[in-house]
Amino acid sequence: METGFLPRAGLQTLLDTLLDAGYRCIGPQLRDGAIVYDALAHAEQLPRGARDHQAPGSYRIETTDSSRHFTWANGPQALKPFLFAPRETLWRAERRDDHTIHFVETLNTSTPLAVIGARACDLAALRLQDQHFLEGLNADPFYRARRKNLFIVAVHCSHPADTCFCASTGDGPRAEQGFDIALGELDDGYLVQSGSDHGAAIVAKLNLSSATEAQLNQVGKEIEAAAKSQTRNLPSRNLREALFANLSHPRWEQVAERCLSCGNCTSVCPTCFCHSERDDAALGGENSEHVREWDSCFTQGHSYIHGVTLRDDTHKRYRQWLTHKLGSWHDQYGRSGCVGCGRCIAWCPVGIDITEEAGAICAGERHD
Amino acid sequence: MTSPQLPWEAEVVEHVQESPTIFTLRLRFTDPEQHAAYRFAPGQFNMLYLYGVGEVPISIVSDPEDVQLFDHTIRAVGRVTQGLAKLEAGDRLGIRGPYGKGWPLELAEDRDIMIVTGGLGCAPVVSVINYIMRRRDRFRRLVIMQGVKHTDDLIWHSQYEHWSEQPETQVLVAADQGTALWPWHVGHVTDLFDQVKIDFGTALAMMCGPEGLMKAAADQLLPRGMKEEHLFLSMERSMKCAVGLCGHCQRGSHFVCKDGPVFSFADLKPLFGVRGF
Repeated sequence: METGFLPRAGLQTLLDTLLDAGYRCIGPQLRDGAIVYDALAHAEQLPRGARDHQAPGSYRIETTDSSRHFTWANGPQALKPFLFAPRETLWRAERRDDHTIHFVETLNTSTPLAVIGARACDLAALRLQDQHFLEGLNADPFYRARRKNLFIVAVHCSHPADTCFCASTGDGPRAEQGFDIALGELDDGYLVQSGSDHGAAIVAKLNLSSATEAQLNQVGKEIEAAAKSQTRNLPSRNLREALFANLSHPRWEQVAERCLSCGNCTSVCPTCFCHSERDDAALGGENSEHVREWDSCFTQGHSYIHGVTLRDDTHKRYRQWLTHKLGSWHDQYGRSGCVGCGRCIAWCPVGIDITEEAGAICAGERHD
Repeated sequence: MTSPQLPWEAEVVEHVQESPTIFTLRLRFTDPEQHAAYRFAPGQFNMLYLYGVGEVPISIVSDPEDVQLFDHTIRAVGRVTQGLAKLEAGDRLGIRGPYGKGWPLELAEDRDIMIVTGGLGCAPVVSVINYIMRRRDRFRRLVIMQGVKHTDDLIWHSQYEHWSEQPETQVLVAADQGTALWPWHVGHVTDLFDQVKIDFGTALAMMCGPEGLMKAAADQLLPRGMKEEHLFLSMERSMKCAVGLCGHCQRGSHFVCKDGPVFSFADLKPLFGVRGF
């Protein structure tokens, strides 16, 4: 469909249109030195001229004099927490005076949510989370309720960080699909393209002028430059064979010496889905909440089974994470579990770089 | 929609103490409609919820045609199972299930069958032995092989003696450490494979227990001509959700809770015996 042009001041009109349509709006904001996603009512809340300098174990924001809102790559989280909640009650058990137990559903109705500023890598990760939570044997009703009500305003990435490698995984920097509206940022406004009927209905209310050839070229050029500026890459989009052929590679031991097994990488990874379940019993004993919360394969408890911890050291845990993410995912989801966002590199306290580790393990002599 | 993870209330009808640490809970759903609708296959498991404490996956040990009650044989080892051990007749708990794929009983018909189990993990195969005994004419020779560390670890002693007296049935039991009056072999269970009388080329094996033992058994059976697709193993992994979502039981290309817990050796082979998977 035709691409429209929205002047910068029109961004508030887009927000107002979404709010009027009943959406709660979430967007990126600069807080505590990072880009975070939170409730957004005013365009002024968006970052302005913010650049993120990311490197292994490092994330710093610099404010430039650019008037643009999206001159950064990403923050520690984007869409994942809004669909796969970090913590939520799956059901509640109530014990009555006669000691019978009653199980109560806790699934609430979800309200429509619009997220502004999703990146191409976030959309690719969302597609994988959809596959996991919705398309398996048992769809998750909590995820489904929120997913059904999600409206996505993507923004093509023109300023990737040094840690980004979405071009190598094939997931960015242009948002190709999976959005309701996609924006391409220019110095004086946005190119607007709708990707769904819901998106088209919102765009229709914005009274956009048509984008000019020059504007289209400018956005295209910036996305192309964004892809070219990326220096990191994975050795291949399918490392399944290479990883499982190298389960005894000495590199696993070397990376385990650096890895703190803290689980930061899995927390910031937009595709990691592991969660635990536990009970929060009321002090009076009258009820107990069955809670699910994010878990990580880097914890001691993740592989615990009747007295035995299957992955009892960091070596086995790092190998588990990487061989699943870049290996077994191909069997389970038809592609790698990595979308090239680079978050695990920047937010790793010791700066372990997934591209470097995968490169070292998959290249050269086999160690099976 | 209803959450697929919402348990149903069940009542303990009987608590049977099998050994100092192993017990069987005989259960019934308190909702008669749910009880009437409940169906399972041998080798499948339920999630048992102890009020206020949490859930554990436990295989169903009773016969699928016993419609009055369903049984779980449990070893008290962790927080939840030690609490379940204290439940008595009339107490309530939560049950959801059944989950997973059970034993390949149709494929097993008209074949010799070999059951191998070790340690205390015998409950899933005891269900299948009882299943076969009750439908004896559908199956050919049955060899039951069990290895334990100590003679005390063999629960259901009299049942093994009873099975050994049945026609076309061979019972081979071994304890690593013997005691007085122990009627079976002292030593490793893998010493006994030469005594097994079945047609290995067409026979089907079902195993559960420690992976080391299952690997040792596979190393005996495959060279004797058993097919990898006829060798089935029940796997145990950490499980929180039992519906393929929580990620704890992921092993290679499978989630053990929904793709298993029973797998053919052919499916497990790529990572079998590799520590950490």
